[in-house]
Amino acid sequence: MSAPLLSVKNLRVTFPTAKGPVDVVRGVSFSLGRERLGIVGESGSGKSMTGRAILKLIRPPGRIAADEMVFDGLDLTRQSERQMRAIRGARISMIMQDPKFSLNPVMTVGEQIAEALQPHRPMPRRQLRDRVLGMLEAVRINEPERVEKLYPHEISGGMGQRVMIAMMLIPEPDLLIADEPTSALDVSVQAQVLDIIEELVTGKGMGLILISHDLNLVARYCDRILVMNGGQIVEQCAARELDKAEHPYTRGLLAAMPRMDEDREELPVLDRSAWAAT
Amino acid sequence: MSAAIQLQDLDISYGPTKVVHGVSLAIAEGESFALVGESGSGKSTILRAISGLAPDWTGAISVQGKPRGHAPDREFAKTCQMVFQDPYGSLHPRKTVDDCLSEPLVVHGIGERDARVKAALAAVGLDQRFRFRYPHQLSGGQRQRVAIARALMLEPRILLLDEPTSALDVSVQAEILNLLKRLRRDQGLTYLLVTHNLPVVSFLCDRLAVMRHGRIVEIAPVEALRRGTLHDAYSRELYAASGGTVRIG
Repeated sequence: MSAPLLSVKNLRVTFPTAKGPVDVVRGVSFSLGRERLGIVGESGSGKSMTGRAILKLIRPPGRIAADEMVFDGLDLTRQSERQMRAIRGARISMIMQDPKFSLNPVMTVGEQIAEALQPHRPMPRRQLRDRVLGMLEAVRINEPERVEKLYPHEISGGMGQRVMIAMMLIPEPDLLIADEPTSALDVSVQAQVLDIIEELVTGKGMGLILISHDLNLVARYCDRILVMNGGQIVEQCAARELDKAEHPYTRGLLAAMPRMDEDREELPVLDRSAWAAT
Repeated sequence: MSAAIQLQDLDISYGPTKVVHGVSLAIAEGESFALVGESGSGKSTILRAISGLAPDWTGAISVQGKPRGHAPDREFAKTCQMVFQDPYGSLHPRKTVDDCLSEPLVVHGIGERDARVKAALAAVGLDQRFRFRYPHQLSGGQRQRVAIARALMLEPRILLLDEPTSALDVSVQAEILNLLKRLRRDQGLTYLLVTHNLPVVSFLCDRLAVMRHGRIVEIAPVEALRRGTLHDAYSRELYAASGGTVRIG
């Protein structure tokens, strides 16, 4: 494989607290090609912070430190805030969890999607509109001409998340970070949204980082999985080999999930003293 | 066998919009019954109507053989209690665990509060040191334990559970599910559980009803779910979307 799209070495994210600085991400290293990487972990494992740190979206007083954070030859640690703005959206974009809070309630869907593209690639208005309609079609929205004129409160959650995907993919970034893209959606819509992400990501040869607490979902949609706990990566494996995972934390998570054909009288509970996490 | 909860031709409206259409159900004493479906299918609304939070209904609701009226009902609260989805929103932020657990006792004029609060904490597996803490000092799983303890304070026979674990992490969910299963076994409770998570139904319930657009499309024993032999086309769709392998026949 050629040089990776993204290479992160010894990433740390620190927040000051009354009891002294707390590392929420403690020395995370990984590299990513044009593939689908899943990061799983429970709340507080540092998975979302890792995703945000790549885009340098952690606000002070939080601090990011890394030995290396290189995206496509660019050293992200040395980019100024101004330079980062040219990267965010255009080269690396991020889909957030809940469309209700991530879409602007006073702008139509079409305007928002156009706004995601216009600053990066200025173009005539008619051409812009064609791109927006094309993008809405790509995320399988019927009647894009009608939906384009709607406001976020007039569309469903699943449609809102598809609009988010359209916004994030219209500048054709090289890397998409999806942080719990479907946890606010119904199961039946989840699969649809993830299928769209997968189709667009593989179709355009992008890299994908899918952040989720749902092991099975990540295993279904990714090539490789990182399991995080307490700010560290505790296990890396191929998605296909998840059932062969060895770390007690990963095994505990897998066992704690009820199955569709559940016949256990009691679910095994994680023994939190088994490994050194807070 | 007497029914713990009986619903007959239940229609429920929010203002001019009718959200539940003609639901009839009978849940036996000691049974654990699940309502599953997507958001907006009306499953939570049924719980809200039974508990008196959605008073705009027609038809008949009876609990432990007694018909339920539309007004708040103190006696009813003693037999039937509800646990809500989000333990971050359902506990009063400025009341301690002790206040929260004592309140139902004060309202109903029940004595021996100290002993009862201690027993309730022990029943849900919380250490006594949590008794005088505030919700923000507890984790999500601990809060949900407090919410379950609060529901059990009046020693009800029926618990209405509205997505009790969907706001929790997988490992914490396992703890709460085990707790619910143990409580039901120890106290002979009847559960009416609302969820969109089919594996949770498989673990905790005896029967399930699949809902869509405010109507029940199928009622099946949990074995049908475990084996993947649900009949209705929509149930099968839901089953497949939850990662189950559909078997024909």
